[in-house]
Amino acid sequence: MGVGDPLGMAITHAIASGMGGMRTAGDLVARMQMTRGMKIQEAKAYVADKLGVSVKDLTDPVLMNEAREDLKLGVLHPHAGSPKCMEAKFNIARLLDIDINCVRRFRENASL
Amino acid sequence: MLVICYFSPSRRIYEPEAGSSGLGIKEDRMGQIMTRFGDGSPVYLSESELTRDLVEGTEDAAERGDIPVLSKEELQHLFDIFSSPYRFVSVEPGNEIVLSYDGTPVKMMRTQVNVDRLQCLQIYEKLMGADTLEMGHVDYSFKPIKPIVTYEQPLLEQILSVTTAPVFYGAMPNLGLYSQPDGPFPNPSELLPEGKIDEALSSYEAAVEEAVKDIVYVCKAMYESGADAIILDTVGAAGDADFLAGLKATELLKEKYPEICVELGMAGEFVLGMHGSLTFDDHRLAGLYPHEQVKVAEKAGVKIFGPVCNTNTTESTPWNVSRAITFMKACCEAAEIPVHVNMGMGVGAITVNDHPPLDVASRASKAMVEICRLDGL
Repeated sequence: MGVGDPLGMAITHAIASGMGGMRTAGDLVARMQMTRGMKIQEAKAYVADKLGVSVKDLTDPVLMNEAREDLKLGVLHPHAGSPKCMEAKFNIARLLDIDINCVRRFRENASL
Repeated sequence: MLVICYFSPSRRIYEPEAGSSGLGIKEDRMGQIMTRFGDGSPVYLSESELTRDLVEGTEDAAERGDIPVLSKEELQHLFDIFSSPYRFVSVEPGNEIVLSYDGTPVKMMRTQVNVDRLQCLQIYEKLMGADTLEMGHVDYSFKPIKPIVTYEQPLLEQILSVTTAPVFYGAMPNLGLYSQPDGPFPNPSELLPEGKIDEALSSYEAAVEEAVKDIVYVCKAMYESGADAIILDTVGAAGDADFLAGLKATELLKEKYPEICVELGMAGEFVLGMHGSLTFDDHRLAGLYPHEQVKVAEKAGVKIFGPVCNTNTTESTPWNVSRAITFMKACCEAAEIPVHVNMGMGVGAITVNDHPPLDVASRASKAMVEICRLDGL
């Protein structure tokens, strides 16, 4: 992305073209680009397969909130006791079968 | 009464007119399409003017980059996007892409919303639909971060413990900081006019080596603290030596951490030959366009590439979009790695204005994603 006030730039792109972040599955698809160098269609197909949903569902906030809650991947409005942040990233690493740098370091530092 | 006259090289759009609206805008706009110049000021085009601008934009890029022009169907798609009457447009469902950011906390600071960087990233994640997050220092250059990196690391570690989306750490090589009076080496811009060519070239080469050390030092520290990825941003701002510093740093980081994700975002569409003879893997860097830059970046080990096309303020947004997409499409077709096109103020056909109007920004976003089949922005 680039420079510009948040509404004019970041929010505009998010609504016009973005996947939706952790409101949907944007963060998960991003992780496949970052860890495996997957192009967008391959990354979407991989994540959809792991989540047990269709590629089209990946940007549906209603369906994805349910999926994320069931799979403990972190949601926008987490309930008390539900996995969030680092806890959710442990589950994301396991589900997507990827190495997440901070998860690995957390495990090492906590002697898990 | 405020009277505004806007000019383009070929047409006068607004004329002061007695009895017209408060801005002196002509009332009769039947059949005209509202869009903007590259500086953000409004302009009304007829259908033939819109078509002409789209054709001239793609032809300009094709000639400069020695790449294909957009097809008739692609130009028609652009025409449809720009002639849409809606103030905001979006991609069709299924075409959504991943967003990555540069200088994220700086954008919050500019608005003088007083939150720390940790809260800034939470706002992006929870309120703004961000697919990825990016931590950066206000100076956003590796050199000044180096002596304070031990203060950056614990904050990143805290951020990682309270966010879910991937967190990049970003900064710029900013080779300008390595020449006098800001840095240790003689200033090439002063040496060249004096005819001291060899001294100027040597200064650039020495600056590259120092910049690489600083970039690698900072990136190692932040990666060891758990960063999901590194962003080398605005690479090539000081020309081919700046680009070389980014490539060499990436190469060294990949040697140390084979799995590391480095996103390399460019500063301009064309690598300026400030040195002129620098090479990476036998490729001369000066003069490379995006579809050539990405191949060099891949060889260095870059995992996500961020190409740039500069916005021309005196041409219309349709002209700029058509031109930018021609460059970016060629880049995407050449790339084997994901491409996140830079679309911020002044690049990727976005207006050179700190408050990008939603009408043209959304059109540029949709057009770029759909025609280039992008991986991200």
